[in-house]
Amino acid sequence: MSFILHRSDELLLVDVGGQLVVTNRQEFKQAILEAVEQGARTVVIDFALSGYIDSSGLGALVSLSKRVRDAGGDLRLAGLNDDLRTLFELTRLDQLFPLYASRAEALAAR
Amino acid sequence: MTSPSAQRPVTDSPAPIARRWTVASDLTLIEPVVESIVALCVTAGFSARFCNLNVPVAITEAIANAMLRGNRSEPSRLVQVSVELDAERLCVDVTDEGVGFDLSSLQQSPDEVDWFEREDGRGVFLMRTLMDRVESAGPDAESGHRIRLILHRT
Repeated sequence: MSFILHRSDELLLVDVGGQLVVTNRQEFKQAILEAVEQGARTVVIDFALSGYIDSSGLGALVSLSKRVRDAGGDLRLAGLNDDLRTLFELTRLDQLFPLYASRAEALAAR
Repeated sequence: MTSPSAQRPVTDSPAPIARRWTVASDLTLIEPVVESIVALCVTAGFSARFCNLNVPVAITEAIANAMLRGNRSEPSRLVQVSVELDAERLCVDVTDEGVGFDLSSLQQSPDEVDWFEREDGRGVFLMRTLMDRVESAGPDAESGHRIRLILHRT
């Protein structure tokens, strides 16, 4: 997996390419937590270019969601394809995360 | 004149495939094995949903479990992955060198109170949800502890 962080004041945009799995979840989580510690409050993670996510990746997102909420912000997920959306529905984690069809919709949400 | 190929029996069923990998307990070795198995499934005509979601996620879970829990992340301990693919189903055996665990005792569910808070503890749920059958066997001296995942083509 590769991921690219774009930071602008309180906004953090994360592009995820490839898999979010047990191999890279800690690196992924740590990079976002550092940005939150530095002031990011609206975190948009864009999965438009992603492959699959395993339970470790889902766990990292659950953990991040709590940490971002505790800091007074919110975590939004965007660009999930049908397979990834199904994964969130099967695990009911679609109830935890706001899922947006696109990055633009996630950014526009209030 | 009839060509040799025309003399072959006509069948709609793909030939059964069997593959086997033995890898050290190194998480970076999971993805190449998973990609190879997914490629076999694509070639065998499994659905896009199975190839993009069910197969890669469930097998990643099984191998990661074997490395992290079964082999306790000791690189010298090996994980064996055996795949059988035929007209009916995909069958994947993941065997580690650990003492195993009672799969039936792990009833992970989104109904658990901390499901939306905890970081870990969804892997077995995902395997069960994405596969038709998940079985465990062993450990024994010859074969170690094995998880078997079965996914029917339809």
